[in-house]
Amino acid sequence: MSDNERHDNGQKGSGDQKKIRFPFPGLFKGLAFTGKYLFKRPATVFYPDEQEIPVPRARGVIALDPEACTVCMLCARECPDWCIYIEGHKEEQEPEEPGGRVKVRAELDRFDIDYGLCMYCGICVEVCPFDALFWSPEYEYSEHAIVDMLHDKERLTDWLETVPPPPPLESS
Amino acid sequence: MELTTGWFWLDTLIKVAIVLGLVMGLSLPVIYAEVKLMAHMQNRVGPYYAGGRFGWAQPIADGLKFVQKEDLVPREADSAVFRAAPYVVIMASVATFVVIPFGPGVVGRDLDLGAFYLLAISSIGTLGVLMAGWSSANKYSLVGGLRAAAQLIAYELPLLLAVLAVVIQAGTMSLTGIVEAQGEPLFHIGSIPVSLPYILTGQIVSFVLFIIAMVAELSRIPFDMPIAESELTMGYVTEYSSVRFSMFFLGEYASLIAFSLVVATIFLGGYYVPFVPDVWLNAIGPLVVLGKGALIVFFALWIRSTFPRLREDQLQTMAWRWLIPIALVNVLVISFVKVAL
Repeated sequence: MSDNERHDNGQKGSGDQKKIRFPFPGLFKGLAFTGKYLFKRPATVFYPDEQEIPVPRARGVIALDPEACTVCMLCARECPDWCIYIEGHKEEQEPEEPGGRVKVRAELDRFDIDYGLCMYCGICVEVCPFDALFWSPEYEYSEHAIVDMLHDKERLTDWLETVPPPPPLESS
Repeated sequence: MELTTGWFWLDTLIKVAIVLGLVMGLSLPVIYAEVKLMAHMQNRVGPYYAGGRFGWAQPIADGLKFVQKEDLVPREADSAVFRAAPYVVIMASVATFVVIPFGPGVVGRDLDLGAFYLLAISSIGTLGVLMAGWSSANKYSLVGGLRAAAQLIAYELPLLLAVLAVVIQAGTMSLTGIVEAQGEPLFHIGSIPVSLPYILTGQIVSFVLFIIAMVAELSRIPFDMPIAESELTMGYVTEYSSVRFSMFFLGEYASLIAFSLVVATIFLGGYYVPFVPDVWLNAIGPLVVLGKGALIVFFALWIRSTFPRLREDQLQTMAWRWLIPIALVNVLVISFVKVAL
């Protein structure tokens, strides 16, 4: 009996039962596929010994530009698991010329992100109206104690230098 | 002509020691080969750090880990049966080694009903599986055990009929006899006698049937419905831990090795090497059989890392609607040819 004949028999005699296709070509294709991979170099990166280079837009850690932050709290409010803690106060700025108006400027006192809670959704980066938050591809900041996963303002600012430059604008 | 020291009990002691050493000594490399080959076939590395290089100590480390774990027995379980089940399983797998010939005289016991004994004793393992499934007081275990029993009934038939075809061609049930029958010269080129293993002389269908039924009988991956972790957590071994779990594990690999050696013996010519006198065959025969068995083990691992699991009804359909009719026709054809020649 050839493969085709068997195939036809299976189709004909099945009636209301599930039809079973004669599986031979597919089986050998599968075996050839796995057999080929046996002799290929595995895709594994031996992490501690060799480092993977993450893609520039990888979501590794969130960096803060404190100069741009206006303490608007939008990021803290939009954060789905409330892992951003912000405190700030208002400072009065004396007018440069006499007779000018006194300006009120927001000063950032505290900006913490708890990476023990963060789920890397990036909503804070999206929502920031003043471009104070950025994604950085750095990923090596695991800690032994969970409290150390809370990154304060200074630490978040330090991440800023690892932020890749923005992609070039599309020319029209 | 079995090798013997003359004292029955000394012989028995030596044989038991060799078989146990063989089961342990071969299972660990097979487990290692399985994890490593499967990893590379799936584009991974597998164990890498254990033991310094290539993760060679991983199976030993796994074994030590099992020994350290607590041996739990569920409160609702039928304690005595639950405790005994792993022993039944591992006993059945070790007992299959009795009849496998490694040389003209290197054999546990050359039974005249060797093939019959082999099939009978390997079915006892499923009894242990059923015991484990029933006594665990767990739905998953019960379904797993019943599936194992259904699978055994379905696949024991093609397995038996495939062996039957070989037995008809060889005219004997003794495994040593089957190897010697394969050593008989078929024809002569000039004055050189040529003998071929059964896989090349009309038993290719039996070989394929035996391989498929063997993998099903061992409930390895394309046929692992009794374990099926995605639907039955771990099937009949769900409630087992510690050494008892590792016994199931070891029993599975011991059966795999035993069945591979059986395939090497009845289809691939066993220990037989042409033009080598019997005295020398006793020395190189074991290496020849183990080499052929290793090929079959490799094939089983290859199948495992390639194919997805069959659904329960597909599994049964395959046995009853395809394998058993083909096996019956095969036996019929072989016996006609045997009578005609």
